[in-house]
Amino acid sequence: MFTGFDFDVIARSLPYLSQGMLFSLGLTVLSMIGGIVLGTVLALMRLAPFRVLHLPASGYVNLLRSTPLILVIFWFYFLVPLAMKRLSGDAYATGIGPFYSALIAFTLFEAAYYCEIIRAGIQSVPRGQVHAAFALGLTYGQAMRRVILPQAFRNMVPILLTQGIILFQDTSLVYVVGLTDFMGAASKIAQRDGRLVEMYLFAALIYFILCFLASYVVKRLQLRYSVGR
Amino acid sequence: MNFARPAFVLLAAAAIALPAAAQEGTLKKIKDTGVIKIGHRDASIPFSYLDDKQQPIGYGVDICLKIADAIKAELKLPKLKVEFVPVTSQTRIPILTGGNIDIECGSTTNSVERQKQVAFAPTYFMTGTKIIVKKSAGIKRYEDLKGKTVVFTAGTTNERAMKAYNDAKKLGINFIPSKDHAESFLAVETGRAVAFPMDDILLYSLRASAKNPADYAIIGEFLSDDPYGIMMRKDDPTFKKLVDATVTRLYKSGEINKIYAKWFQAPIPPKGINLGFPMSDALKALIKNPNDKGVEACGKMKC
Amino acid sequence: MDFSVFFQPAFSGGGTYLDWVLSGIQWTLLVSILGWVIAFTVGSVLGVLRTTQRVVLRAPATLYVEVFRNVPLLVQMFIWYFVLPEIVPRALGDWMKTQMPMPEFWNAVLCLGFYTASRVAEQVRSGIQSIPRGQTYAGLAMGLTQPQVYRHVLLPMGYRIIIPPLTSEFLTIFKNSSVALTIGVLELTAQARQISEYTFRTFEVFTVATVVYVLITLTVTVAMRALEGKVRVPGYLGPAGR
Repeated sequence: MFTGFDFDVIARSLPYLSQGMLFSLGLTVLSMIGGIVLGTVLALMRLAPFRVLHLPASGYVNLLRSTPLILVIFWFYFLVPLAMKRLSGDAYATGIGPFYSALIAFTLFEAAYYCEIIRAGIQSVPRGQVHAAFALGLTYGQAMRRVILPQAFRNMVPILLTQGIILFQDTSLVYVVGLTDFMGAASKIAQRDGRLVEMYLFAALIYFILCFLASYVVKRLQLRYSVGR
Repeated sequence: MNFARPAFVLLAAAAIALPAAAQEGTLKKIKDTGVIKIGHRDASIPFSYLDDKQQPIGYGVDICLKIADAIKAELKLPKLKVEFVPVTSQTRIPILTGGNIDIECGSTTNSVERQKQVAFAPTYFMTGTKIIVKKSAGIKRYEDLKGKTVVFTAGTTNERAMKAYNDAKKLGINFIPSKDHAESFLAVETGRAVAFPMDDILLYSLRASAKNPADYAIIGEFLSDDPYGIMMRKDDPTFKKLVDATVTRLYKSGEINKIYAKWFQAPIPPKGINLGFPMSDALKALIKNPNDKGVEACGKMKC
Repeated sequence: MDFSVFFQPAFSGGGTYLDWVLSGIQWTLLVSILGWVIAFTVGSVLGVLRTTQRVVLRAPATLYVEVFRNVPLLVQMFIWYFVLPEIVPRALGDWMKTQMPMPEFWNAVLCLGFYTASRVAEQVRSGIQSIPRGQTYAGLAMGLTQPQVYRHVLLPMGYRIIIPPLTSEFLTIFKNSSVALTIGVLELTAQARQISEYTFRTFEVFTVATVVYVLITLTVTVAMRALEGKVRVPGYLGPAGR
């Protein structure tokens, strides 16, 4: 079936592909961290009893969750540099570069999803814990930091990681603005050498192996964390 | 990665900063950062494309590297880092105006329409829209495309030329967009589309690197004229002056002939194909009288 | 901001840019809804298979879910469009590339459908598994066969329970349909991109596209809420009852 196919093209382009993979992994890890931090802030805002806090947060989360990631990437890739230029008043403001444009887009996009996971995680902590913390004389901030969030995050770790795996798959979409992530590298070689079948199957295989292994690890973690509940 | 280097360049640049002739705009930015960001294409052979080590190379890239040298000399920088950023037909203008690249070296048609957004260096190549077809498809003229599928690279002048022709002649062509020239050509190669309208020089190079070049024909009258220029931000006279002067110097000194021969009349990476494409009269005239007029302000195949 | 751009005559095709937007919306809806039909059907079958006792049925379903869930949608899109025609028998491959009507559209529908099926399957499985065992035993005790238990007991309950997560998958398919632009489907996001290129009114055009996606989300959410209310099981707490 695969006669006439040239799997040697993969060996020849391994260095370039690994560079692309580093880009993908870097983008994944950094936007995951950024997304979780921003997502926690958003989640706390959404749970706050003040309208000025929860309305903007809810609006943001619902807006981002209704918009396709590709459109969000376009928004940030094309408009953020222009907005920055206007804001800074410097017509020649240094662009933040493609990697950081993508990083900002993914962080802001993922934050909306992480927010919902974290909100559910916080709500899963029994109310008694909050009351107990207040009864002990802790302030709101202390109660969150020392009592609620540590428990919430413990419950959430598997879901946060699963979302991270989805994020890793989603980074392939930077293809639409021509960046060289793993998929971008694969498709550039595929098209230059006319080797689409080999490269795309190889890309699928690599993504599958990485994501499958990661999911397996997450599943093990989940089992460990659910002990004693 | 060496993090100390940019800091050193910054210090060095600051130490020798010229008190008079304060640079502004892009030049100032390059001076402050010690980096010039050059936008390149993935598959605009032989203007701007990736070689087998995935490094951007080509006729346009070579000229841009000359420009980088000139900037380095002008700013008296001990070292100027060249950073390549990949762009596509769709992303090149927003990325340039947004500041993520300082200059684009590819196969961009200089048009008055685009001059509302960006500026161009003197034209460095003259080409125009034709179509590539498989010989077996039996397409001899544009009229034969009636009701057929045509692939185009999104964001190109060729897309507009073909669509305008389709509207004028009511051919009812079914258009499919693609991201870059390699992908478009692939659509013709695999039979998904019968034709691909593109600047003829790019079609010749795509055909030359195809598996079976003899299978393809490049046909038709020019549907549009496409003078290529190096693209930079608008309203930055000091930068444009330096870029223009560099290009003009290459033209006057005859250095351009060597660069031209290297890419159009000698074997080029990655496959060692020789395009064998002698310099056109239109380009010779442009080298004699460099100008950055947009295509609307030019005559038929001359500027 | 200047939204009058949508009423300008479009560069090509005779209409205005608003017509381009409308045509984009139409393709987005078509790809998503047809994709959902496949996803729901295939996903339901797979979900049921994953809950059966027989390994020969369960294993292929599990394999399917793992493969389709762990490869990015973009890669799957390319495999459907670029790779499949090259590895199937030659005649079929040629047909897919040249004779097949609207190949990019149908490839996008199939890809999106089979991709989303793996996610629907997981929801259906968890829905069925959340139903107390007793109901299955009660069904069997009443003399129902295994398929009848699924048909009359497990599925009617299971589907009701998973309406909220299914709603979320249904919403996701509209957003994921934008990936179809990578193989040349001129859906809403692609049209927005194209119009911004012709008019340089990027901000206005992206704003309109975003608003349309929000409206699609709102409509689907309201419709699914109504459905949920209509089919709820009296006396049940939680999603199925309330």
